[in-house]
Amino acid sequence: MNYIISILPSLLSGAQMTLLLFFWTIIISIPLGIIVSIGLLSPFKLLRLFLKFYVWIMRGTPLLLQLIFIFYGLPIIGIIFQRYDAALFALIINYSAYFAEIFRGGFQSVPTGQYESAHVLQLNSWQTLQHVIIPQVNKIVIPSIGNEIINLVKDTSLVYVIGLGELLRAGNVATARDVTLIPLILVGVIYLIMTGLISFLLKQIEQNYSKWK
Amino acid sequence: MLELKNITKKFGSKVILNKLNLTIPDKQILAIVGSSGAGKTTLLRCLNGLEKVDEGHFYWNNKEFNPTQPRQNEQIMGVVFQNYELFPNLTVINNITLAPTLVSKEKLSVAQETARKLLNELDLVNAEQLYPYQLSGGQKQRVAIARAMAMKPRILCYDEPTSALDPVLRNKIADIILQLKSQNQITQIIVTHDMEFANQIADMVFTVNALDK
Repeated sequence: MNYIISILPSLLSGAQMTLLLFFWTIIISIPLGIIVSIGLLSPFKLLRLFLKFYVWIMRGTPLLLQLIFIFYGLPIIGIIFQRYDAALFALIINYSAYFAEIFRGGFQSVPTGQYESAHVLQLNSWQTLQHVIIPQVNKIVIPSIGNEIINLVKDTSLVYVIGLGELLRAGNVATARDVTLIPLILVGVIYLIMTGLISFLLKQIEQNYSKWK
Repeated sequence: MLELKNITKKFGSKVILNKLNLTIPDKQILAIVGSSGAGKTTLLRCLNGLEKVDEGHFYWNNKEFNPTQPRQNEQIMGVVFQNYELFPNLTVINNITLAPTLVSKEKLSVAQETARKLLNELDLVNAEQLYPYQLSGGQKQRVAIARAMAMKPRILCYDEPTSALDPVLRNKIADIILQLKSQNQITQIIVTHDMEFANQIADMVFTVNALDK
């Protein structure tokens, strides 16, 4: 027990980094994903082509490669990121691509008749989006977005590779130093608590949308 | 009085409507009939501003208007779509009050009062707080009528109103259309392939013929 208390501060400070990365990635990449999804559906062919290419690269290569590329690769051509910035940048551009694809599917599942009936009632584009389309898109995308959000909690552990002190690194350091399994088990427990809380929150949001079909 | 002059509509090189002329006096019920694919629905969609015409002009009381760019605060057209296109995320009453509050800037209490009056007239008193998925087909149709009427249109258009109804409901919608005629200063345009229904309710019947290619 004493041992647990003695290593907990370092694990918690690692968890803090994990949460920080998680939080900022969500805050930035969901809105960015929505914007990219609108771009993917826009009538501008060049823009669509460019965004498709971006999504293809992000989803078609490992996040680990993207992290290494940004932190260790880019300095070779003179683009230098701090560890934390590199980690956040990689997570954001990677997750935005996934979110964009999810929202694109969501927008496309709303029937055109919904836009048309809003149009003949003279709602403008923004009113149509806000009151008619976005609630329906949200209902469609929430389960998939939830999956990605839970993946993100775990994917933050990949920043280990660029030497950022997050939760997994804190546990691994303690295990190597003290030759015991306990820190790694604790790391697992902390991840479970984080993903458990997030699952619970997502369930609540989903329930809120189950009033209508 | 509504006048259509020289309306021509093409999809690509395919001519759907060729120099079509049509005059509809006030408070009349016009049935637009014709075989499938003849362009009945296309004519209605042009009138509702959901399709752009290639040539021709629309006049309301001798003043030209552009259906695709309706003037604010002057709702000429109301539309009841074939599959109603109610907003699934809003309750019946909110479906009806959405456009009056957002577009006509009516106070919510005023809009709700109008909505309740319409629900009452359309035999939907207990449906106020229900979501569209909880309604039968006939009820959805009547909500769609109430939603369109709440914007106080001069002309109410129906696309195939009997296509999804059994004979009892078919008579009920006929009664409603005739009731709207007797109680309101409203012109009604009904696209239908159901000749019997057209003869039952219409003051005038207009036949759209498929153009020989």
